[in-house]
Amino acid sequence: MRDYKLALSDEILMQVEKPARYIGNEVNAVNKANDPNVDIRFAMCFPDVYEIGMSHLGIQILYDMFNQWEDVWCERVYSPWVDLDKIMREKNIPLFALESQDPIKDFDFLGITIQYEMCYTNILQVLDLAGIPLRTKSRTWEHPIVVGGGPCVYNPEPIADFFDIFYIGEGETRFRELIDLYKEAKANGDSRESFLRKAAQIPGMYVPGLYEVTYKEDGTIASFEPIFEELPRTIHKEMVTDVSNTYYPMKPVVPFIKVTQDRVVLEIQRGCIRGCRFCQAGQLYRPVRERDVEVLKKYAVEMLKNTGHEEISLSSLSSSDYSQLEELVNFLIDECKATSTNISLPSLRIDAFSLDVMSKVQDVKKSSLTFAPEAGSQRLRNVINKGLTEEVILQGSALAFKGGWSRVKLYFMLGLPTETEEDIRGIAELSNKIASTYFEVVPKEERKGAPVQIVASTSFFIPKPFTPFQWARMNTKEEFIEKAYITRRAVMEQLNQKRIKYNWHEADVSIIEGVLARGDRKLADAIEMIYKKGCIFDSWTEYYKNDVWLESLAECGLDPAFYTTRERSLDEIFPWDFLDCGVTKEFLMREWKKALNEEVSLNCKTQCQGCGANKYGVGICTVDRTAKCEVVTESSNEAEGGN
Amino acid sequence: MRVRIKFSKHGVVKFIGHLDIMRYFQKAIRRAGIDVTYTTGFSPHQVMSFAAPLGVGHYSNGEYLDIEVNSHNGRQDMIDRLNGAMVPGIVIENIVALGDNAGNAMASVAAAGYTLEWKDGYEVPSNLEEVVFEFFGQECIMVTKQTKKSTLELDLKPGIYEIEATADSIYMLVDASSSGNIKPTLLLEAFYSFVGKEFDPLAIQITREETYTDIGKNGKRELVPLDAVGEDF
Repeated sequence: MRDYKLALSDEILMQVEKPARYIGNEVNAVNKANDPNVDIRFAMCFPDVYEIGMSHLGIQILYDMFNQWEDVWCERVYSPWVDLDKIMREKNIPLFALESQDPIKDFDFLGITIQYEMCYTNILQVLDLAGIPLRTKSRTWEHPIVVGGGPCVYNPEPIADFFDIFYIGEGETRFRELIDLYKEAKANGDSRESFLRKAAQIPGMYVPGLYEVTYKEDGTIASFEPIFEELPRTIHKEMVTDVSNTYYPMKPVVPFIKVTQDRVVLEIQRGCIRGCRFCQAGQLYRPVRERDVEVLKKYAVEMLKNTGHEEISLSSLSSSDYSQLEELVNFLIDECKATSTNISLPSLRIDAFSLDVMSKVQDVKKSSLTFAPEAGSQRLRNVINKGLTEEVILQGSALAFKGGWSRVKLYFMLGLPTETEEDIRGIAELSNKIASTYFEVVPKEERKGAPVQIVASTSFFIPKPFTPFQWARMNTKEEFIEKAYITRRAVMEQLNQKRIKYNWHEADVSIIEGVLARGDRKLADAIEMIYKKGCIFDSWTEYYKNDVWLESLAECGLDPAFYTTRERSLDEIFPWDFLDCGVTKEFLMREWKKALNEEVSLNCKTQCQGCGANKYGVGICTVDRTAKCEVVTESSNEAEGGN
Repeated sequence: MRVRIKFSKHGVVKFIGHLDIMRYFQKAIRRAGIDVTYTTGFSPHQVMSFAAPLGVGHYSNGEYLDIEVNSHNGRQDMIDRLNGAMVPGIVIENIVALGDNAGNAMASVAAAGYTLEWKDGYEVPSNLEEVVFEFFGQECIMVTKQTKKSTLELDLKPGIYEIEATADSIYMLVDASSSGNIKPTLLLEAFYSFVGKEFDPLAIQITREETYTDIGKNGKRELVPLDAVGEDF
């Protein structure tokens, strides 16, 4: 035991914060060090600190999948925290994987999950510390194949130069093919270029170096073309068709230190029926696919046993829409009671059922209710297609207040398309009405303990690719700040203002996130410059350097307004148009127009909106619905990429 | 029934701090399928008491925790189940049943024995055996202890029960009770200042060899390992 190899010396580990981030050896970590069958070394990276990265379900799923394959050893790697980052640079210590503690540079693949835009400098940190050239064009067979995945690859263009391959879509489906192709290429002595060219023909694989972009004089895209004829002009997302019959980690790795998600996570379904127009996930993961409830029960029991976690949590974009929720939750309540396990239930619609469940699994006095109306007025909620009405919120609150709850959290966005001052004031007014509801439904003599408290939080709206709002103009920093000020003033004018607490987000970082979200390849130089000026961990407020971002963008001749506040015409070619996420551009455009007309669209369970995802023939699309398909299929989206 | 678990800790897990080791055992006990007793309420906790926190970076051959169980299949079964749920580096060495009158692990701690060894690449003070003998021979061993509120002048001598050295290691048996705990690093600091050298905590690998409780009567000290007060089951 005393000889277990570590990449870092005692001296270093004793001087950095939380050395357990770097030693591996956790429960259920897979060690194939002496396994002769291992042919492929795969390093799976979440480019943020260990505690964040270890909380990510997607990596646990893929880690389990890869390690089930005899010829592959998949290991984990995270961003070294700033203290270790500094030491590794000073002492020239190469970045290493947790399990083997071997340098990443010696691996066959480096897979990086890209979950949010503000981690882009951390991707460069990982490549740089590993000793891998930052740009795909400078890499050789000496370096791992760098593969990007996750939601941000639905617009990978700002970071296209840094990746060899982007895997578009769900990771369970095509890695086997990619790895087999790699083994074949190595056995045949093929060049790296030739391998990548073949890889680009595997469905879902986008090899950015094999595509060329030309721009118009105004900076928008003129053309986007593959440089070889055999390459697809459109890259279609990969999707798991049967989510009950696929990989799911029965033995997830259990960290020693407390991480953000310190519990068993049960993904009950993928996708969402709701179609909120600001939400990217709601479009990307269509169609909604439910996991079989019996399978989930089995998973829950097994995973709790294998991890020893004291808590289990359900995960999905909208758990209340899971058709077998009641059965699953009742099962878990019984199971968890017997094993003294806590249940955490996020994103439930507030109704009699969920309140009853919550009162069984948590201390009512200590917990709070959460609503996400997202917009202050019904008019604006129609624009964004958020089905939640004031009536539902007030009824839910009344029920909850009668049940003993007295704390309510509300989430809103500022800067949504068509927003007026009236809509903004609606945030304060709705908060006030909820407070009033408390005083109406809870008689004076029953108001014990802490008085009712409403916490309203606003974030700033950032238009994302593949949403109906991809055409929307984003607000300026000044507009955002003015809107937060209007909200605050409106809250202070309310009768129950003392019962309302208002929080708002930082505007600076939202602007940069807006630039990256709808950015193009021109941003790569700026991102590299920003990284080289010392920026990492941009998603951490204390390390985010706004002036460096702005000054570097300017030095690269880029104007943030081009990406954020510019009005986009309906026929503009977007940087991400060559990708097919399952929904058609026609559908998104239709939804955008409906939004501007304040028209709502029904959810997938009630009526098909003809988004295009029914081409997969799975999930909700195969269910017979009450209202029939309004618009059947649109023209095939094959031609979309290049026009 | 209350049981006392003895475990050792070596290898890379020396970097796991005390609070994380507690969390680790809570999960390990669940994985092992031990019928452990929980507190009631909305967030139930295992009834658990750790003896003495071990510093980050230290090895140990004598760590203890007490848990309460509702049922069991005997001592060996419990040892095997727990060992099946351990990570490399942590080994369950023994489990004993505690009588009703036994104090909990934390309150029972009276002393601990430590071995101090110089790591590769660090210089062992010359004539270690002699110097340690001289050091211990002092009438009092004064140190300044930094607390949250103030600095304390402290004599370590009464809390050192045994100290001996070889050419390249030191063994010491010292007070580890809540009121008089002597951290080995504090003693080392005093030692280095005695030999007139700068103390580098990274130079020395500390191993806690055993944790002791005092079963002596009438003020007479009689130290036995923490699992000596329990019984087989």
